[in-house]
Amino acid sequence: MEDRNVGATVSLPARVLWRLPLPYALSRQVGRKLFLFLLTVQGLGAFALITIGVMVTKGRASRRVIWPLVFHEVSRAGLRLLPMFLFIAAALGLLVIGQSVSWLTRVGAINYLGTIMVIVVVRELGPLVTALLVLARIGTANVVELGTSRAMGEVEALEALGIDPVHYLVVPRVIGLALGVFSLTVYLILGALISGYLWAFIQDVALRPADYLRQLAGALRGLDFALLALKTLAFGFIIAVVTCYHGLAQPLRLEEVPHATVRAVAQSVIGCVLVDALFIIIYLSS
Amino acid sequence: MKTPPADTNSAVIRMEAVTLGSLQDPGVVVADQIDWRVNSGDFWVVAGLQGSGKSDFLMMTGGVSAPLAGSYRLFDEEMPIFEDRRLSQRLRLGLVFDGGQLLNRLTVAENVALPLRYHHNLSAAAARPEVMRLLEALELEPWADSTPGAIGRIWHRRVGLARALALKPEVLLIDNPLGGLDLRQASWWLSFLRQVSCGHPILDGRPLTLVITTADLRPWENLARQFAVLRDRRLVVLGSWQQVQSAQAGLVQELLPLQRSD
Repeated sequence: MEDRNVGATVSLPARVLWRLPLPYALSRQVGRKLFLFLLTVQGLGAFALITIGVMVTKGRASRRVIWPLVFHEVSRAGLRLLPMFLFIAAALGLLVIGQSVSWLTRVGAINYLGTIMVIVVVRELGPLVTALLVLARIGTANVVELGTSRAMGEVEALEALGIDPVHYLVVPRVIGLALGVFSLTVYLILGALISGYLWAFIQDVALRPADYLRQLAGALRGLDFALLALKTLAFGFIIAVVTCYHGLAQPLRLEEVPHATVRAVAQSVIGCVLVDALFIIIYLSS
Repeated sequence: MKTPPADTNSAVIRMEAVTLGSLQDPGVVVADQIDWRVNSGDFWVVAGLQGSGKSDFLMMTGGVSAPLAGSYRLFDEEMPIFEDRRLSQRLRLGLVFDGGQLLNRLTVAENVALPLRYHHNLSAAAARPEVMRLLEALELEPWADSTPGAIGRIWHRRVGLARALALKPEVLLIDNPLGGLDLRQASWWLSFLRQVSCGHPILDGRPLTLVITTADLRPWENLARQFAVLRDRRLVVLGSWQQVQSAQAGLVQELLPLQRSD
């Protein structure tokens, strides 16, 4: 059936090319990539489960060492990024409002401004932009730090001292990144909603703050808050696990650290987008 | 959770038909059929040329890697130990890496404090007196608040020694302690190791069981009590210094570089 359709719509040379067998080298390359992909998924899954296991079994162990590390990571992946996120929030508000106000005014649908802000910023752009920025600023640093530590033999030193490297190096990063992405998303959304109204005000849109707030409240559902929290925590967890896995879970030489960083960024983005797609399905089916 | 000290002359390390793998390339066999016993109070020197697998041997003995085959028991516990419930046995052994392998983001004092703080759940302030006592004993106080990158590399191994001693181990493994040191530094190490093997105040006067790796046997002539050689993928146990001297020339000749037969 598929061949007939192709034959009916495609020119003769293209039809000949289509019927050619897949080159051996290409099929081998595709197979190799697929095999490596499955191995990576297996490795990441195992690493995530080990990390969760350590978080559960060693929740209160060595807390005078681990908790200061957690606070440090929360500060690094959250507090210190706040100025940048306030700037991004202002830009995001301008981006969404600037594009939508003129069109909504034309069709007389300015009452949907708050709804658009909720759909675009609260449900989608806010969490995803936050995750990507945290990945760029902190996730890449994680791979470089841990990869260098691994290459310099620091992981073996921890093992020799009876210190679990996952407990000491990974758990604080997972908690820090999950809380950091969650907090920054909240700040980014609040900043974008406020700046959005300010940009609308500058463009002389006849919308009172109370009406804007009413629109926002009307568009928000209880599920939004729960899913926003879950989604952002999941993004932080994915970024932490993927970057720590590539920095730590396999023997590295110093010259391999840049490649590990590139792989970690690509896989983190894919992981976050897949989780985002899952949450869209939940939104649509609820 | 203190464990009782080992009885004198009881086996603290026992290897039977052990196959040693490479730490960097775990499938590669570095040595096999290793039969070795270390008793409490022993002072072993394991010699071998570059690439003979001394570091891999010490890493496996220290529990960082597992033997590929055979049985290795530390204080009668099967090694390696990763489970928390057997960790107290594992901590009776300390390991000093060739390059120190310090955590670069921590200061010297924080590096030394780390095992104390982690295993006894201590705050930095609570661990400080013990850490300063160790740094003083090892003449490291001037660098207490420096990061490893700010001090010379020859001091890294000494900081690694202080870190390994923080938990007061009963057995100490040291990888190539005199490698790359000048005479003054080498003399300090030899003198310090002599003291800890007989009983040093920082270990409450308890004699330490020592295992050293080296590529040069000469400095250990009057210090170590047992010698072994890693060569051709085998661990050859020689015994005392007299037995080193009477060993086949081919076995130890390159490990005694300045000894000449006049």
